[in-house]
Amino acid sequence: MIEFHIQSHSGVPSYLQIAQQVRQAIRLGILAPGDKLPTVKQVVAAVAINPNTVLKAYRELDREGLVDGRRGVGTFVAEGVVALASDDVDSLRRSLGRWVAEARAAGLDDENMSALLADTLQPQGKLRVA
Amino acid sequence: MSALRTEGLGKRYGGSAWALRDCSIEIPEGSVTALLGPNGAGKSTLLEMAVGLLEPSAGTIEVLGHSPWEEAEEMLPRIGFVAQDHPLHARFSLGEMIEYGQRLNPSFDVRLAERRLGRIGAAPEHKVGKLSGGQQSQLALTLALAKRPELLLLDEPVAALDPRARREFLATTVEAVAETGMTVVLSSHIVADLERICDHIVILSGSRQMLAGPIEEILARHRLLTGPRSDARTVSRVHQVIRESHTPRQTTLLVRADGHVYDSCWTPREVDLEEIVLAYLGYGELEDRCDEEAYA
Repeated sequence: MIEFHIQSHSGVPSYLQIAQQVRQAIRLGILAPGDKLPTVKQVVAAVAINPNTVLKAYRELDREGLVDGRRGVGTFVAEGVVALASDDVDSLRRSLGRWVAEARAAGLDDENMSALLADTLQPQGKLRVA
Repeated sequence: MSALRTEGLGKRYGGSAWALRDCSIEIPEGSVTALLGPNGAGKSTLLEMAVGLLEPSAGTIEVLGHSPWEEAEEMLPRIGFVAQDHPLHARFSLGEMIEYGQRLNPSFDVRLAERRLGRIGAAPEHKVGKLSGGQQSQLALTLALAKRPELLLLDEPVAALDPRARREFLATTVEAVAETGMTVVLSSHIVADLERICDHIVILSGSRQMLAGPIEEILARHRLLTGPRSDARTVSRVHQVIRESHTPRQTTLLVRADGHVYDSCWTPREVDLEEIVLAYLGYGELEDRCDEEAYA
């Protein structure tokens, strides 16, 4: 079972925050196939948000095939979704750590690094110079 | 069917000025609506007409398809109402409050009331007057919820609460919505309190209705346009300009956009709900704001 944390003024709609937190929990193996997500009632009682916000997040995840909503039973992590292998995650995290250290040494601050990463993640991967 | 529907609704007390006029809103069943506006905007008047405590002076109001004033006897058990000062009997114990609620309401759910009061962390023999502000508001909410209402009206429920009690109060409210599918209308003069839990808003100001509708749609339709200093009239032919402000070189407009056609001199940005609400309430309407250039 996971706990959601909703930030009201992050600029990210609450339903996207929930969907992101579920996706991340699946990727990191915190949620495994067959695990039940908290019910709408449990979520709203814990974080005080509108019930439709939770429903919208769960529907979105269902559409992506990550969860399986079973009427009257609950919402479950779909069979067949796989977490990133933890060895891979650890190794990637270490190499990213080295990269961050190198970028800092080159004088980049956090904002520069985020911009560079976002730009590299673009499909073309083209670097635009500001 | 809508939970609450008004058409040209108005109220004046005696021969005095209108406390509310020309109010036409529709609140769907199962929604959570924030009723926003400064003090004296007409929020309590609207809620009191919805619960059948006040007779409309003009127009119509329907709750679940019925007139709350003319069919008060039938409607009252279906509506939960927590007034601003949530009148409780200070010298009653919690147990006596539950008994009192049970005698006044045929459908009162005693087990639900006891279960919820257990969570407040006070024993049945505890006197109401000894409860904290947060506990008192939870008690008032509990008594209203135990009626199992189809429409719950809360007048300024969280204004006097500290942040933790506020969050607990709102959580209890939405939990009941998730459980029963009831409709909730809560009034407040601060949008930040309610934004998380609401899906609809109604804004009142100076006894008039300024805006009403689903929050998602309202966010999608409003944009903040910034551009070189210019006359707002060029934009207002296409979009409704809610607020304009100018510096010697720049003009900023908050518009209700009908479609997404902007002249290329404007940079459109999304706006959050708080900014939209403030614009409709007339804040930030500053002509010719001085900027550093004026002092140079």
